[in-house]
Amino acid sequence: MSPTPTPTAPPVVNLEGVHKRFGALEVLRGIDLSVAAGTVTVVLGASGSGKSTLLRTINHLEKVDAGVVEVNGELIGYRRAGRHLRELHEREVLRQRSRIGFVFQHFNLFPHLTVLENVVEAPVSAQRRRRSEVEVEARALLERVGLLDKAGEYPRRLSGGQQQRVAIARALALNPSLVLFDEPTSALDPELVGEVLDVIRDLAAAGTTMVVVTHEIGFAREVADRVLFMHEGVVLEEGSPTEVFDHPRHERTRAFLAKVL
Amino acid sequence: MSDTARAVPAAATTAPAERSAPAQPLTVLPARHPWRWVATAVVAVLAAMAVNALVTNPAWEWPTVGQFLFSATILESMWLTVRLTLVGTAIGLVLGTVLALMRMSHNPLLKAVSFTYISVFRSVPLILQLLFWYNLAILYTVIGFGIPFGPQFWTFPTQDLVGPLTAAFLGLGLHQAAYFAEIVRSGFLAVDPGQREAAAALGIPRVRQFWRIQLPQALRIIVPTTGNEVIGLLKGTSVVYVMALPELFYQVQVVYNRTGRVIPLLLVAAVWYVVLTTVLSVLQWLVERYYGRGSSRADTPLPFLQLLRSARAARARRQGVPR
Repeated sequence: MSPTPTPTAPPVVNLEGVHKRFGALEVLRGIDLSVAAGTVTVVLGASGSGKSTLLRTINHLEKVDAGVVEVNGELIGYRRAGRHLRELHEREVLRQRSRIGFVFQHFNLFPHLTVLENVVEAPVSAQRRRRSEVEVEARALLERVGLLDKAGEYPRRLSGGQQQRVAIARALALNPSLVLFDEPTSALDPELVGEVLDVIRDLAAAGTTMVVVTHEIGFAREVADRVLFMHEGVVLEEGSPTEVFDHPRHERTRAFLAKVL
Repeated sequence: MSDTARAVPAAATTAPAERSAPAQPLTVLPARHPWRWVATAVVAVLAAMAVNALVTNPAWEWPTVGQFLFSATILESMWLTVRLTLVGTAIGLVLGTVLALMRMSHNPLLKAVSFTYISVFRSVPLILQLLFWYNLAILYTVIGFGIPFGPQFWTFPTQDLVGPLTAAFLGLGLHQAAYFAEIVRSGFLAVDPGQREAAAALGIPRVRQFWRIQLPQALRIIVPTTGNEVIGLLKGTSVVYVMALPELFYQVQVVYNRTGRVIPLLLVAAVWYVVLTTVLSVLQWLVERYYGRGSSRADTPLPFLQLLRSARAARARRQGVPR
């Protein structure tokens, strides 16, 4: 389990009053969120509740319409200009993202690159590190997710579970201070879910700060330090796994848990 | 079988009977394809007839074909055809890529200009475009370089700057660019949006995203169609004969007008077009294989190699040699 965060340490993620709309539909309606270093936050909610969008605002894959997104005290996607927030140039946003790991539901590995090339690509091109040095690290990461023997393979020759583990290694290669998981096991066959959750569990034990959107309740109960339940663009309930799972305060939460448990 | 079992309808009795069959190991035999053999025989006879008709009919004048096939004038004209194809492809690809990027940009003016260019150059027949370029000197007698709408520092007579050869290069290249633009655009649209998103999430710089992530995947879609277009362009260069440029098709006409041997000289041109197209096809196959890496679980051989392999496999089967 993760070490208990020191209360004085600044939060890794800080969201204040985040709003986001797609056309007429308001997907996020005022989200406040604070994630302490070394903790695992699990975001639950029915599909369409805005949980993936929330995750994607944290590394600016989605622009917000209002509100503040900060990672390690740095505004993401904007800079403060007097009373305004000025959108950053794409180059700056890319630099900010190279410190935040992101794992996609559909892995999104680069199919024309080998497993090792997938892991090495970003540290070399985004962080301008030496290839030889990165390759050593990449092999260590692949060993950590149990796929060192697949380093020379192309992603399409791997199972879904193996691909997702490569994707996790690829995200970790950036030495991120924060890793975001967007339904990492939703695209997997049931028998492959376990191997991916095992890797995430190991990361949690090592004290990696993570925000995980998932439907795996058992996993959430075991690994999460905090659980958020989202409904129609707001955080309806928030607390420790025991609080949310065993003593849900809202009828919606109870109904959702009854359906998925 | 028991009496009670015999009393039930026949369909039901077959199942237990099969299940009680002797427990011998079963060997797997390939399915039989009698119609495949019939089709093979029909096609083989037709192919033999075609070859026979080509070889035995003296009207084709094969000796004359042989006499002109490697003659200096024909080889020179063939080289011009190759150059027209290469330059046309080069201009087309570069300009086409620029047009495709303009079309995909967020700038409405760039989009509109690209769209207009593509529709105009695709609408006007190539032969008309070539004639316009050929007659450029009538439209604009001088071409100047300088400040737009301002003074000009250098001016040249159009005739010196755009001769027939340059006109042909421009005509073919600019026409081809319109087609390449659409091919390049379709290639980029075919790349999964998740790829760009993953690259963006990893913080990979924009230029690097383009060259390392998007372009190689787009090329998988672009290359086969481009191969088609280049082969089309190779044959399309024969239209340039209207500008009296001595490319392959024009040159064989010159020769048969002099010698009166029409059919064999047309055959000479046909042979060279086939040879050049074959070279291009092999190149295309090699490039496709390179960009297809990681996409399929098995390599696809050239069709003729495949034929050779299946013939070899059949012979091996007949001789009882395990493969």
